[in-house]
Amino acid sequence: MPAPSKTIKPFWPPFAAGLALGFVLLLTFVLTGHGLGATGATTRFTAWLGMTVAPSATQANSYLGQMVENGNPLFSWITWQVIGVGIGAFAAAYFSGHLRLQFDGSKRIGTPARFAAALFGGLAAGFGARISAGCTSGLGLSGAATLSIAAFVFLGTFFAAGLIFSRLFRGV
Amino acid sequence: MFPLNDGGVISGLVCGILFGFVLERAGFGSPCKLTAQFRFNDWSVFKVMFTAITVSAVGLYLLRLTGLMAADSVFVPTSLLMAAAIGGALVGAGFAIGGYCPGTSIVGLFSGRLDALVFIVGLLLGTVVFAGLYGPTVEAIMAMAEVETGDTLVDAYEFSEPVVLACILVALAGVFALGSWFERRSAEGPVSAEQAVNGAPGEQQA
Repeated sequence: MPAPSKTIKPFWPPFAAGLALGFVLLLTFVLTGHGLGATGATTRFTAWLGMTVAPSATQANSYLGQMVENGNPLFSWITWQVIGVGIGAFAAAYFSGHLRLQFDGSKRIGTPARFAAALFGGLAAGFGARISAGCTSGLGLSGAATLSIAAFVFLGTFFAAGLIFSRLFRGV
Repeated sequence: MFPLNDGGVISGLVCGILFGFVLERAGFGSPCKLTAQFRFNDWSVFKVMFTAITVSAVGLYLLRLTGLMAADSVFVPTSLLMAAAIGGALVGAGFAIGGYCPGTSIVGLFSGRLDALVFIVGLLLGTVVFAGLYGPTVEAIMAMAEVETGDTLVDAYEFSEPVVLACILVALAGVFALGSWFERRSAEGPVSAEQAVNGAPGEQQA
């Protein structure tokens, strides 16, 4: 494996990054008939963890139970896609000098506060994405590309809530 | 002809690798850069998302227009507007508080950020809480405000698709104009790769 980049390469300009992301999303639609996502995989991972830790409670649960009926919930396209996101992000960070082990946000608000903010933020996002059956990628981005009404509503309340809560809390 | 409806391992890995690569190079592994959108000094999130939505919406339209893709052949989320509104607000709140959305937390983790791992643990906990509360009441709330006439702006309201796409193009130009104006006016400006790699600075350095 070649050495990681020592110089920190600049981020792509937003328009170039947006074009690239648009073509990746279009390729995904052409290949699979649906868009990109994230929480589909974390939900399946939760169901898998549930089967490992508490199988009977997971099977009895009306939400996770339907996911584990047909064998291992991880055997799904979205699982491979999210593994791919990790590989792609690692490669990009490695070859751009962006890879650094850190607890980002600690310098600003301290590690305990940053830990709590990341955990609570993740909890709110994880819960919310189950209500809307999709997150910023799966519903907001991929849905908007199909001109879905739900996607534009999601993006509207996403940005409104983001604006309000970023003024109430300093999480990073 | 298209879509190929390929739900295989290779297609998942290829789409995911490209997705993760682009998100990282856009700077979206950094919670500092992501949340700067809400402080108005870095409009990368809006600019990248609007550009990507425009490219793929126009691309899907052209694929259908040229007959390469059949009508109604890609997945469109159901127009359950209450669920979308509540979910959007919670994911937006989680983004502002935690510094990531679900997809970008994966990118954060794989660029070395352990706070992103904590966010992902939070995502799993949020899923468990949802599964615990799931039942007739939650299902009833999630079924509210469905648009009965269709799921897309074109189907439900009979807007012409070229007109909708033209509106999106105008909105895209507006986002770039407004965003760049805000970025020039702000003292900090967009978060650079050096700043992002160094992590969110302490208040005295900010």
